[in-house]
Amino acid sequence: MDRVKSLASAILRDWMLLLGLLLLATVFFMAATAPFFFPQPPDTMMGPPLQWPGQYPGAPLGTDGLGRNILAGLFYGAQISLLVGFASVTVAMVFGILVGAFAGYYGGWIDNLLMRVTELFQTIPQFMLAIVVVAVLGPSIQVIIFSLAVVSWPAIARLVRGEFMVLREKAYVQGCIVVGMSDRRIIFTQILPNAMSGVTVMSTIMIATAILMESALSFLGFGDPNVTTWGTMIGMGKNNLRDAWYIMTIPGIALLLTALALNLVGDGLNDYLNPRLRSQRGQ
Amino acid sequence: MKPIRRRFPWAFLAKRVAYGALAMLVIAIINFFLLKLAPGDAAEALAGQAGTADPVYIAQLRAQFGLDQPLLSQLWAFVVRLATLDLGYSYVFNERVSVLIFSRMPATLMLMGAAIVIAVIGGIVFGVTAARYANRWPDRVISFVALLLYGTPPYWIGLMMILIFAVTLGWTPTSGMENVLAFNTGWDRVVDIAHHLILPALAQSIFYLAIYIRLVRAGMLEVLSLDFIRVARAKGISERRLSYRHALRNAVLPLVTVVGTNVGNFLGGAVLTETVFSWPGVGRLMFDAMFQRDLNLLLSILVLSSFFVIVANLVVDLLYAIINPTVELK
Repeated sequence: MDRVKSLASAILRDWMLLLGLLLLATVFFMAATAPFFFPQPPDTMMGPPLQWPGQYPGAPLGTDGLGRNILAGLFYGAQISLLVGFASVTVAMVFGILVGAFAGYYGGWIDNLLMRVTELFQTIPQFMLAIVVVAVLGPSIQVIIFSLAVVSWPAIARLVRGEFMVLREKAYVQGCIVVGMSDRRIIFTQILPNAMSGVTVMSTIMIATAILMESALSFLGFGDPNVTTWGTMIGMGKNNLRDAWYIMTIPGIALLLTALALNLVGDGLNDYLNPRLRSQRGQ
Repeated sequence: MKPIRRRFPWAFLAKRVAYGALAMLVIAIINFFLLKLAPGDAAEALAGQAGTADPVYIAQLRAQFGLDQPLLSQLWAFVVRLATLDLGYSYVFNERVSVLIFSRMPATLMLMGAAIVIAVIGGIVFGVTAARYANRWPDRVISFVALLLYGTPPYWIGLMMILIFAVTLGWTPTSGMENVLAFNTGWDRVVDIAHHLILPALAQSIFYLAIYIRLVRAGMLEVLSLDFIRVARAKGISERRLSYRHALRNAVLPLVTVVGTNVGNFLGGAVLTETVFSWPGVGRLMFDAMFQRDLNLLLSILVLSSFFVIVANLVVDLLYAIINPTVELK
């Protein structure tokens, strides 16, 4: 309970973290209530095309060139953004933690080999690799999640490796070795929990990056053709850049606020989990 | 500053070149298996996705890829073709793939170079300013804007810039690299291209500008608290000179490494920027290749881009040693 209480007071003290959590809660609310507020799928024609925000009562944020309700698109798009962001980073976390933990714990040639492979993946231009994976496996939500995980795991692996290299020299870990605890148990039950705070902060920020990359793939037209995402909405809206600029502006702001929310939460968590670093940020 | 004389680090260079070659080999192998992952055999995938189901072409591709050979010799053939830059022929663009990519390289390099210069200079100026006014309003404004820019989709910023600066204000052209119909030559052409370059370079730099501001600010705050700064201040050196001459030199070192590691991301981002601004570079070519399902061209761009990143990283390492003589290259 004490932990909960101190987290709560940390949130109230840090208004940036609070703003981030509120924005994030709004996005989750939109994703959860999309079918409730908008029973029709977001790609159905709901009114006359190219209605500006406030002009047509059925669509408060206006309609696009095909008469689709932009507000409905925002709600359904939130589902895809959150799903892709969280799922891809979860996959990347599992893989990155495994690679980083073994490299950092065992050191030596295992470390050398794993880190060379990790560096290699960081050499290949991320976004291009994601595009090629989608090109080879075909555009679907699952493939996009996989492709974003493929480009995201190296950063986590390197972070976890660094933490493990420091933690494995600590007295309590040496103690575990002396009492004959198995490597696997030491790695997963003793060291990993202590390495998780950095991973949590990094993953929060990486979810923002993954959401932006998914939107970029959709924007280019390489997303799952069966779903409406914020990226596709921007991509469609750019054809009406001159006469109806609100179509591409509104989903862009939604993306910006979602990414901002995750970055604010990440920064706030960082201050909370690593209080020693707080002075460096001047908070 | 007195130049510090030292021998050129040949051993370091040789080691890094060897490592780079090894990295290229592994990247080629990854690409080989990516191609294997595609449904059907590679020849069918390549031909089908290039839009030609011509059996002669498929047979030609099979022979070219040696698909009747065992897996290892296929891999060997693939690597040899890459090493000799024999990347095949693009039926979509009617051109050899290597020629196609290299003809698009200059436009991308120009865009990347301009974006990196903008991001670095902007990052230093705003980062130093934020650090000098730490926790006062200029710092708060700069830091919040940086946070905002960090979360902005770069392609969307590009579209908004087109909307504001090109469509509404009419200050810049909306897209393209030059006004081809004007048949500009010499200096006029340079000015024309620069005019076209402003918006895409700005759009491309925004995200990195945000990172570099935060990085320079943090580095400056750390250096400004050190003793030698206190001594310099006690000597009566002006705050501006203190920041830019004394502290920045030390704070800017991490920036060089980060810019180096970002080269690959700049290339990846070029796909978006060049598509938004119809900039005729490698990124735009990659978009077209994806759109036309030209898988071979896509993979070739990925391999050559990775090669470019490896070379760029090597250059950055050497550069780092030149500006920071305490770094030992081994």
